[in-house]
Amino acid sequence: MSRRILGPFNRVEGDLEVILDLDAGQQVAAARVNSPLFRGFEQLLLGRAPLDALAIVPRICGICSVSQSVAAASALAGAMDIRPTANGARATNLILAAENLADHLSHFYLFFMPDFAHPAYAGRPWYEATASRFAALRGSAAGQALPARAGLLKLMGFLAGKWPHSLGLQPGGTTRALGASEKIRVLAQLRECRAFLETTLLGDRLEALAGLDSPAALAAWAAGRPGDFPAFLALAADLGLERTGRAYDRFLSHGAYPEDGAPLFPAGFWQPDQGLTPLAPEQISEDSRHAWLVDEEGPLHPRNGLTRVEAEKEGAYSWCKAPRYAGQPLEVGALARQLVAGQPLLQELVRRQGASILARVTARMLELARVLPAMEGWARALEPGQAYCAPGTLPNEGQGAGLVEAARGSLGHWLEFRRGRISRYQVIAPTTWNFSPRDSRDQPGPLEKALEGLPAGPEAPPLVQHVVRSFDPCMACTVH
Amino acid sequence: MSQNLRLLWLQSGGCGGCTQSLLCHERPLFAELAGAGIDFLWHPGLSPASGPEALQILEDAASGAAPFDILCIEGAMLRGPAGSGRFHLLGGSGKPMTDWVARLAARARWVLAVGSCTAYGGLSAATPGNPLEACGLQYEGNGKGGLLGREFRSGAGLPVINIAGCPTHPGWIVDTLETLAQGGLVEDELDELGRPRLYADQLVHHGCSRNEFYEFKASAEKPSDLGCLMENLGCKGTQAHADCNTRPWNGAGSCLKGGYPCIACTEPEFENPGHPFLETPKVAGIPIGLPTDMPKAWFVALAALSKSATPHRVKENALADHPRVLPVQKKTGLK
Repeated sequence: MSRRILGPFNRVEGDLEVILDLDAGQQVAAARVNSPLFRGFEQLLLGRAPLDALAIVPRICGICSVSQSVAAASALAGAMDIRPTANGARATNLILAAENLADHLSHFYLFFMPDFAHPAYAGRPWYEATASRFAALRGSAAGQALPARAGLLKLMGFLAGKWPHSLGLQPGGTTRALGASEKIRVLAQLRECRAFLETTLLGDRLEALAGLDSPAALAAWAAGRPGDFPAFLALAADLGLERTGRAYDRFLSHGAYPEDGAPLFPAGFWQPDQGLTPLAPEQISEDSRHAWLVDEEGPLHPRNGLTRVEAEKEGAYSWCKAPRYAGQPLEVGALARQLVAGQPLLQELVRRQGASILARVTARMLELARVLPAMEGWARALEPGQAYCAPGTLPNEGQGAGLVEAARGSLGHWLEFRRGRISRYQVIAPTTWNFSPRDSRDQPGPLEKALEGLPAGPEAPPLVQHVVRSFDPCMACTVH
Repeated sequence: MSQNLRLLWLQSGGCGGCTQSLLCHERPLFAELAGAGIDFLWHPGLSPASGPEALQILEDAASGAAPFDILCIEGAMLRGPAGSGRFHLLGGSGKPMTDWVARLAARARWVLAVGSCTAYGGLSAATPGNPLEACGLQYEGNGKGGLLGREFRSGAGLPVINIAGCPTHPGWIVDTLETLAQGGLVEDELDELGRPRLYADQLVHHGCSRNEFYEFKASAEKPSDLGCLMENLGCKGTQAHADCNTRPWNGAGSCLKGGYPCIACTEPEFENPGHPFLETPKVAGIPIGLPTDMPKAWFVALAALSKSATPHRVKENALADHPRVLPVQKKTGLK
């Protein structure tokens, strides 16, 4: 048995350390994931005015900033017993979708694909073209992808003032009412984004990809097609990425993008053999057994959660708590969201071979194809002259929960305030689920499970890198 | 390539949002920086090298074996608990990030604090009692000191360059870096809080699209109102230094254009204003935080006068989310 410590594990958001115990055959016998940075936002928020959360929580994370805002605004709206106006709900969907889709682009072009320019792959038939297109900082793709991403985020300039860290997302809706001309600008910006996705990334209409209903249809669609995603599919087939990176095959989604009550992507819990069951938020708990945090009360529902540092703690190896659903680890993210939403291609892929690098990346591409047309619909439905933000009054005491979907998966905020001040604030971010450490029953977290059995000696191809990045981790959010 | 400036970037006690904001730059970022003569030696979010290979790059830079030019740090310095730095041990290294930063800063020609948490401590230092023992590179809140100490000078003879903001505008970073590549930056180009004057000489108020409402003290009362945000909703744009309303965010925006107040995120200790962010603290109905350079008596007198002279249009629109009363059309030709 030997140990490898991988860190700083870069091209993820924030700092990450992965500790691998290798067996005699240089395969991973056990993995431990350390989130090495602690900032303590849950303590920072105590004693603040409840609405201060709207200024503070976006700063939990510079890449999921809006999703943090939406979760806080939703928790506060519950406590205030108000609902966003119709325009406010559409604008919130547009703002959150812009962030989520921009993050999918950042992940594919900046974080994930550059690994296939690794010299370990020199000699593969696709290597030269891939390295020239995707090499970190030097490849030709970033020069197109970054302006496309910035273009998508120009929606924020119209709808949210700026990104990241907008204060425009409020319990009653949004603070920026668009005029007729600005609505036209938003639609033009979305057309530009559609053109990039269809021309450069996919090589086809968004609707064509969104309509594929099986892995066989995806393979037939991709064959010989120009575009960055088809190029990935070709190399993924060569490397067998559909067989690598399986975790627990248990998937959760809070549901995303409410439209007149029903979300575009519904909430639920999905397993390949049992299908879909309703989301039961009461089943969520956090276990701090292996975190440098006090855990004497055992696993707690976040409504009663605690965050207290215990830096010298036997058996701890991360600052991250371990969220569990009915006591078990599960995976969140675009793949989970699409499985819960019934996407047939991904369901068949996971039923056949389990979650994988291929399934997670394909889920993000399908989401780009499904969400951008929905954004066009929300933008067209904006009604100039109608209210964007419903007024509301904050009671002196209250509580609320905000359950949303960030790019990387399910994000929850649980808030309680007394005498006009925040008395408890707990956050479970997507990567808290996916990159959790072990729990009191010693069950590994999802990434820890997914890395088991992979070749990881010094000469191994960068499979560990692909699997880690296939989750698109956000370490800033993870511990917060 | 060898004459290009080599840029090393590290992240610690922050959210990574200044890098994310930088990537919103209007033009292809990597090509622009390379064209200006700036190469990334390593950036945690962007570079190919990972794990041991990345640690070797950092070790060579810190030991002096591989000279570099610019050190950009993003995130507060977390010295706790109990001075150990364990709130952030750089992944794979087992060593506190504070140690890495101190060693690297001693080798850099220029040290840039990217974001208000890096410059002054920011939100990372906002928890009551500051249990993280968080500080900026050369400041601890308003006071000089921080990780590197008040006397610190980088190789080029400058204090830490504080690109304050939460987050920073991409233009503030890119323009500062390219100023360095153009032959450097002299101390006169920094303001008294170490911020590049290329963006910090202005007030957020300059170019504010709510200016007519400000002039007449026609104030917003609730989120999404069009009126001036200073009197009731906590706006500090008349005091905060930055060019947010003349240098657009994400193509077309700013906090004020977005309908919410400036919380003065470029200023030390903005994170603990002593009042709720979305409320203006007042004494006897008058805001405590008056515009920079404005004598209080004048402000009070002018505010009373302008309130009494507020046109109906401005008064009505201040409390709506879109203009309800439109400017009259002059029928005689404009003179």
